[in-house]
Amino acid sequence: MNITLWGVRGSIPTTSPNTKQYGGNTSCVEVDADGWLLVLDAGSGIQGLNSSPNVRNSRIDILLTHLHMDHIQGLGFFGPLFNPACEIHIWGPAGNSQSLRGRLGRYFSPPLFPVYFRNLTCKLILHEIGKTIFNVGPFAIQSDYVIHPGPTVGFRIQHQRGVFTYIPDHEFALGCDLNKVKDRRWLSASELAAGADLLVHDAQYTSEEYEAKQGWGHSSMDDTIQFARVNEVKRLLLSHHDPAHSDEQLSSIQNMLKEKNKISVAFEMAVEGSTIEL
Amino acid sequence: MAYPIELILSRQLAECLDMPVFLTDTVGNLLFYNEPAEDILGKRYEDTGEMAVSEWGTIFKNKDDEGNPIPPEELPLVKTLMNRLPYHKTFWIESLQGTKERISVTSYPIIGRAATFLGAIAIFWRSSE
Repeated sequence: MNITLWGVRGSIPTTSPNTKQYGGNTSCVEVDADGWLLVLDAGSGIQGLNSSPNVRNSRIDILLTHLHMDHIQGLGFFGPLFNPACEIHIWGPAGNSQSLRGRLGRYFSPPLFPVYFRNLTCKLILHEIGKTIFNVGPFAIQSDYVIHPGPTVGFRIQHQRGVFTYIPDHEFALGCDLNKVKDRRWLSASELAAGADLLVHDAQYTSEEYEAKQGWGHSSMDDTIQFARVNEVKRLLLSHHDPAHSDEQLSSIQNMLKEKNKISVAFEMAVEGSTIEL
Repeated sequence: MAYPIELILSRQLAECLDMPVFLTDTVGNLLFYNEPAEDILGKRYEDTGEMAVSEWGTIFKNKDDEGNPIPPEELPLVKTLMNRLPYHKTFWIESLQGTKERISVTSYPIIGRAATFLGAIAIFWRSSE
């Protein structure tokens, strides 16, 4: 199972010489194994995926954690959506009122986008998910709602080579003292993350920044490291980098975090363009 | 098995509130109570953890203003669990130690995504009358 990070920036794409090292594209991850392709989120990073040989597959599954703009803004630029020979399955969180099609249709329509949903030429199949278990080729996938404004899910992707958990937007610590939570059943997304070989998780803020941004739906890096430790994750990639954080700042923060967390889970900052093999 | 996100968020809200909050599952088992509720219950969540309905349902005797026992089916939380609707009532509670207190209870169901009934919340308002 190969996991390629095409976008690890949060909120808005950043194109600047100061964000070249970690990358400026918003959330998108490619997971491929045994000739099957999963695309996790469709942020601006999905442009990089257009050049992957895997997009020539006759079936592609796009798994959306939620429909905030930084997670769908690349969708209209994903070539296979306009390929009549391609079958595309989009899996996204069910909402309380509007259908997934209705909500995605708001993006695929003027004034936000010139092409209507109905004009996509691929064979498109939509799946509404919540706390759901489903299979795609060699992958057994578990989704569940996580704490983030609006319907949002995380994914646990199990393959014979390992478990990859993807929770790019998640504020599990909202109103919660992690030190008091003795029972993991009370920790948002713990079932998705438990024992994962690799966890890509929201870590948008430093602890100091988080103080002023509680309730915005994102986690501090310190909290995320603790989350991974509590859930016995083997390797953690801190993701959804704040658009205001430069490469220099991210490297410096990473060094500081490593100094503070010497006996902890293995972690590092997620880097756009990197591939992890499980 | 982790709890549904709606219950986790209900607990996290309760932990931030300075009023007694009891969180139950769909049949009334006590999943969580916050610090102000510990004072009423005379127990600490840290010590008891979750409590079966048969256990925590007998901690109080519930009485009306005339001192008559209130049948369980007339209590707000029990009605909420039965009917999945909000209720409110003021009455007296008497602890096993004989301490009496007049309280108001507001209860409401937790209806999660896809209209799933997940449990109930009971907020105890300590009466100053």
